[in-house]
Amino acid sequence: MLPIIILIPILQLLILSYTATFEIKNIRLVVVDHDHSPESRNLINKFSGSKFYKYLGQKDTYKEAENSIAKGTADQVLVIEPDFEKNLLTERKGNVQIVTDAINGSAASLMAVYAMSIINDFNGNILVKKLPLKFKGIPVKTDSSFWYNPDLNYITYMVPGILVLLITIIALFLSSMNIVKEKELGTIEQLNVTPITRFEFIAGKLIPFWIIALVDLFIGLLIARYWFGIIMAGSPLLLVFVAAVYLILVLSIGLFVSSLTETMQQAMFISWFVLVVFILMSGLFTPVESMPLWAQKLNLINPLAYFIKINRMIMLKGSTFSDFHNDFYILAGYAAAMLTFSAIKHRKTS
Amino acid sequence: MSVTINIKNLVKTYEKVEALKGTSLQVKPNELFGFIGPDGAGKTTLFRILTSLLLADSGTVTIDQWDVVKDYKKIRKITGYMPGRFSLYMDLTVEENLQFYARLFGTSIKQNYDLIEDVYEQIAPFKHRRAGALSGGMKQKLALSCALIHKPRLLILDEPTTGVDAVSRKEFWELLKKMQKKQMTILVSTPYMDEAALCDRVALMQSGKILSLDTPQQIVDDFKGNLLSVKTQNMYPLLKDLSAFEEGIQVYRFGDTLHLVSHYSPEKTKSDLTEYMTGKGYKDISIEPVTPVIEDCFLALMNNTTDA
Repeated sequence: MLPIIILIPILQLLILSYTATFEIKNIRLVVVDHDHSPESRNLINKFSGSKFYKYLGQKDTYKEAENSIAKGTADQVLVIEPDFEKNLLTERKGNVQIVTDAINGSAASLMAVYAMSIINDFNGNILVKKLPLKFKGIPVKTDSSFWYNPDLNYITYMVPGILVLLITIIALFLSSMNIVKEKELGTIEQLNVTPITRFEFIAGKLIPFWIIALVDLFIGLLIARYWFGIIMAGSPLLLVFVAAVYLILVLSIGLFVSSLTETMQQAMFISWFVLVVFILMSGLFTPVESMPLWAQKLNLINPLAYFIKINRMIMLKGSTFSDFHNDFYILAGYAAAMLTFSAIKHRKTS
Repeated sequence: MSVTINIKNLVKTYEKVEALKGTSLQVKPNELFGFIGPDGAGKTTLFRILTSLLLADSGTVTIDQWDVVKDYKKIRKITGYMPGRFSLYMDLTVEENLQFYARLFGTSIKQNYDLIEDVYEQIAPFKHRRAGALSGGMKQKLALSCALIHKPRLLILDEPTTGVDAVSRKEFWELLKKMQKKQMTILVSTPYMDEAALCDRVALMQSGKILSLDTPQQIVDDFKGNLLSVKTQNMYPLLKDLSAFEEGIQVYRFGDTLHLVSHYSPEKTKSDLTEYMTGKGYKDISIEPVTPVIEDCFLALMNNTTDA
């Protein structure tokens, strides 16, 4: 069992970190060029040259292009109007149409943004090349730089979050399953007639999992550093300290689940339910800021949300304790309350 | 060293089932006391209350001067409990299980080895084997060792021989007899009637009530009526026909024969019954007077209560 507990999270970290990315690459693009002019070719070259696009070629009619979206062989269609170049030069306005497969909404909006940025870029070039005299320059030039993750590298962003997720799974499942397993096998009956106290029992149950989860975290941090090359900006000791407190909270929730349930199946179901809600709301995959207000409020009781936030702050921003002390105190208070509550709930006599 | 147990008016109800209906009894020090009864008689419930695992709805239990609810901590220290289900860790070895329980009670195998020696030496050859891989009889011996490791003054065994082969059952009871000599009060429950005779006193239980409580010998002596064992070539309709037989008070299946209780002398009943059965067309009739055993007493008592 121990090798599995250590090995599985490592595999998950390696797999998930590469796959859980928001970047969209290889957008399959079909072009319907009604103009066939040098300018339309330039525009097409802009697209096919982009690292986000995979240029599939041209179709003669819009109908055919639409069909390839319908069949799922293309993600986006670029339609260039007849006399695109002529209009551009005479009326200073050329029309193109972008059609995007929006089955996956968030992917579609990203694809649309990519297309817009390429067209904007193209616009800028035209203004410079074709209309040098009229061009007064863009009054405000926006140039973005991204802090804490300069390359907008999703791996850098995801790895700390996934790490949190993995130690949470380990801690929650091991603790909730373990005591229920004793109930199911009847071994708890024999333990209950011994003089060990409730707190000794709980400590004996939680401490091993606490250590295992911390070891997993440590291994995960090594992988983040030496495999993914994420150099931790903040103090690793601080991170481990916060994790230690956070794990007490997760283990207490596991203990609480196992005091509510009688069989492993029930415990499994409740743990999964709690975990999935916590994960999806935590801000790991979608930003908390874009959730409705009530969901953001609900995150006040989501341990995962606190720890993912603190973890990213330490790992990527190099935050120190004073930067997140409020979140930490909430986490610590929450852990203390939950542990006490679960311990009281777990009674030896029925 | 060993303890006295006082049980008074114990009532326990689970949602709809009354598991114990006002049970009262007293167990003397150093007694080997048996609870005999079918599944669902309330034996396990009683034991779970005695071991402070369950709270009774009403009634009291005292073990020596200690109340089972108030002084549960003291009682847990002096009680060895062996639940009906094998409750040790399957993934620990025999020795590890024993060490674990020894340490829970703050003692060591060495310290109390003299007490468990008789039991443990029988499983010692397998001490490095995982408990899950032991046979039923050996599991029970391991469980007994674990229940004994802290030198309990009260040993409570819930159906220790259920699902154990006949040879191991016999060995197990021999071990219990040895334990009794080491100053322990022993409570044991069993669904096997033949094991009742091995106890000092037994309580026959059914549906949360004690039907009879006495020494096994006294229970047998109290059996009212004469007992005949009846066998014939066609047993199937016989039960119905014998129930209609006037001299019989009770008829019940006993192994592959039927037992008939009668108030008349065995000779008279035998000749009347032979005539009655021949009249009904039975062949190969064999009717023997038999001495009652505990099971007869139990079945007789059980039928009385259901009639009433």
